[in-house]
Amino acid sequence: MKNLEELNAIRDKALNSINSSNSSTSTRVLVGMATCGMAAGALPVYEVLKEKVEKANLKDVFVTQTGCIGVCRLEPIVEVYKGGQRVTYVKVTPEMIERIFDEHIVGGKVVNEFTIGHHDGQPNANSVNELDFFAKQARVALRNCGIINPENIEEYFAFDGYKALGKCLTELTSQEVIDIIKASGLRGRGGGGFPTGMKWQFAANTQSEIKYVVCNADEGDPGAFMDRSVLEGDPHALLEAMAIAGYAIGANQGYIYVRAEYPVAVKRLYKAIDQAKEYGVLGKNIFGTDFSFDIELRLGSGAFVCGEETALIASIEGMRGEPRPRPPFPAVKGLFGKPTLLNNVETYANIPQIILRGADWFAKMGTEKSKGTKVFALGGKISNTGLVEIPMGTTLREVVFNIGGGIPGGKAFKAAQTGGPSGGCIPAEKLDVPIDYDNLVAIGSMMGSGGMIIMDEDNCMVNIAKFFLEFTVDESCGKCPPCRIGTRRMLEMLEKITEGRGEEGDLEKLETLAENIKAASLCGLGQTAPNPVLSTMRYFRHEYEAHIREKRCPAGVCKHLLQYFINADKCIGCGACARVCPVNAISGKVKSPFHIDTAKCIKCGACMDTCKFGAIYRK
Amino acid sequence: MANECNAQKELYSKMDAIIAKWRNEPGGLIPIMQGAQEIFGCVSEEVQTYIAESLNIPVSEIYGVSTFYSLFTHQAKGKYVIGLCLGTACYVRGAQAVIDELQKELKIEVGQTTEDGLFTLDATRCIGCCGLAPAMMINDEVYGQLTPADIPRILEEYRSR
Ligand SMILES: Cc1cc2nc3c(=O)[nH]c(=O)nc-3n(C[C@H](O)[C@H](O)[C@H](O)COP(=O)(O)O)c2cc1C
Ligand code: SF4
Ligand code: FES
Repeated sequence: MKNLEELNAIRDKALNSINSSNSSTSTRVLVGMATCGMAAGALPVYEVLKEKVEKANLKDVFVTQTGCIGVCRLEPIVEVYKGGQRVTYVKVTPEMIERIFDEHIVGGKVVNEFTIGHHDGQPNANSVNELDFFAKQARVALRNCGIINPENIEEYFAFDGYKALGKCLTELTSQEVIDIIKASGLRGRGGGGFPTGMKWQFAANTQSEIKYVVCNADEGDPGAFMDRSVLEGDPHALLEAMAIAGYAIGANQGYIYVRAEYPVAVKRLYKAIDQAKEYGVLGKNIFGTDFSFDIELRLGSGAFVCGEETALIASIEGMRGEPRPRPPFPAVKGLFGKPTLLNNVETYANIPQIILRGADWFAKMGTEKSKGTKVFALGGKISNTGLVEIPMGTTLREVVFNIGGGIPGGKAFKAAQTGGPSGGCIPAEKLDVPIDYDNLVAIGSMMGSGGMIIMDEDNCMVNIAKFFLEFTVDESCGKCPPCRIGTRRMLEMLEKITEGRGEEGDLEKLETLAENIKAASLCGLGQTAPNPVLSTMRYFRHEYEAHIREKRCPAGVCKHLLQYFINADKCIGCGACARVCPVNAISGKVKSPFHIDTAKCIKCGACMDTCKFGAIYRK
Repeated sequence: MANECNAQKELYSKMDAIIAKWRNEPGGLIPIMQGAQEIFGCVSEEVQTYIAESLNIPVSEIYGVSTFYSLFTHQAKGKYVIGLCLGTACYVRGAQAVIDELQKELKIEVGQTTEDGLFTLDATRCIGCCGLAPAMMINDEVYGQLTPADIPRILEEYRSR
């Protein structure tokens, strides 16, 4: 591709073929084939569909794969665009394809029983975008996910792909590009929230023949998959943005550091890079200018700390991924000692849109200090688990109860966890806080990269704090003692508390230790590791106290604090429990109810597993 | 025996190709080791020594890298690798009980392989099926909405394959 006219010509042609496959005469059928879709069985659905269309020799029906639309709980999802109407079918099986094919694709009549609205109790909603789940969302970073075929660059072209890069190279100076990003107010989506434009300016200002652009696709938060969705659903958006960044700061080489645990994303990225080179939107003299840019992949090898920028750089250099002190910041001295710009996947995914639609358009969304949107992976005890993109400033209540559909099973909301192992738990009384970087920090959590796990009354907050600490202890790289030793000591104290050995004064000791670890650790992992403990102690102190003083777990989770009992009404006196009890804590006479001596009981649960009559309970 | 030798030879010639591709690239050691992990199923001492000699670097450097990253293992894994998700979403929905059951049924701890070499039990992070939490993968197959009661049946299915 030599110039913008050529790009426009390809765009029009591609758009035409997508539109015509959505006209009155033809049909576009999309099958969600991101990891979530594949896990739920999308492949056989896709194959059956393809086969049926081919057998029937339908020339005007186009079956295509696409990325994740965000409603992972309802996969496999098949969307049919026909006669200007979009219909979303959910939990599709190869058997259901028979009817969808005969009645809708061929017959033109929607199969109501299979639609998303029917499934979700909103019978008027035929497609996913008519659901309450979608009404409050705004799609910028995810705009193409679930819409285009990520393995076909032409579909990306059709939706204005690489137009922003063309505009930058032919109409804007590097400094103008940076100024637009600055004016948009975009802040890093990888967790820290550093102003992106400023970071670009630093990297541009450092003089050097060689500079690098790096994308952090290590996505370490153990309950989140926002970045993967972009990588799998819209890989070209990332490539385009990195090329724009290269032009802005004066770099010709980019690296994407992606988790090896994301095989689908890796495959699609390789494919996308090849296609981009083939069309000349990556490579030498892009759009006939003297700007050249290339991108390579590097695979992570399963170390959470490699998400930290200096560790990530060490890992690309082929070493142990240990963080180093900053300054010098990567913008001054980064990869292979050269100035390096490092941003997160979602940060990049916003860039082409900002260039095309303007800084003002972007800055209109959000709050005063946090502009634009944020993607969250909703999980845990919430009805609509999946991926959502909301304007900054949306309240947690809206996310949990309107978009997320509330807590299943009529249970009570207890807390929302954001920021993963670096973040905290937000209690019910803070539900009306608008979500933005600064508000979340003020209430003891943080934005993080976008994991949002909802907990209900059945979750024990002390246990959750312990869960995160186990994670950090495991993932601490061990370079500095406050993190390596301190987090382990904290974990031991939590283990003591959850096992019923807690004493007065333990909470104060935990607090002091936490403050010391935060102050003395070298990198963000250690500096934030105590947050899950501190935030749960702040809002759920009574739960800690119940564990320590009353040796009781209010949520009934911590095994050692539970007591086992026999329900005399259900017990038929068979004695099976007494036979399996390893410490002979159960006694009784055959054919009359047995009894557990709680003083002897070691709470192994063997009796409960054995009883066929559900007569044993614990509390 | 001769066959085994040939197989080994083939693996090492694959390894040589990967080393040749990456040896002059900056930061090439990790891709080489990832290749080794894939080819041999582990980065054993023997493989580490081989890479070290080929690249003319100390084995200690390779050992350092191999112990830092959890993806590299020093022993081959079982025929079926069970990866139970212990991501936050799965944990909140009761993954711990499932992993307890797996440990009990397989009589191994997380990170170990059964004596018959059939199963390796790993705890993994989010596998992106939070909607189906708690979830696990056995090789490439995903199981969702698990309860401890499902485990014996699923394991039996693999044992009888
Ligand atoms: C322990 C640790 C883990 C991190 N993990 C990630 C990650 O998985 N993905 C990410 O984009 N940023 C992660 N970060 C933040 C990065 O260091 C860096 O700030 C970010 O990638 C910069 O990009 P941004 O400005 O676009 O957010 C992590 C930081 C720390 C301290
Ligand atoms: S804070 Fe922890 S992870 Fe970070 S450098 Fe120190 S030991 Fe390593
Ligand atoms: S946390 Fe288990 S699949 Fe996401």
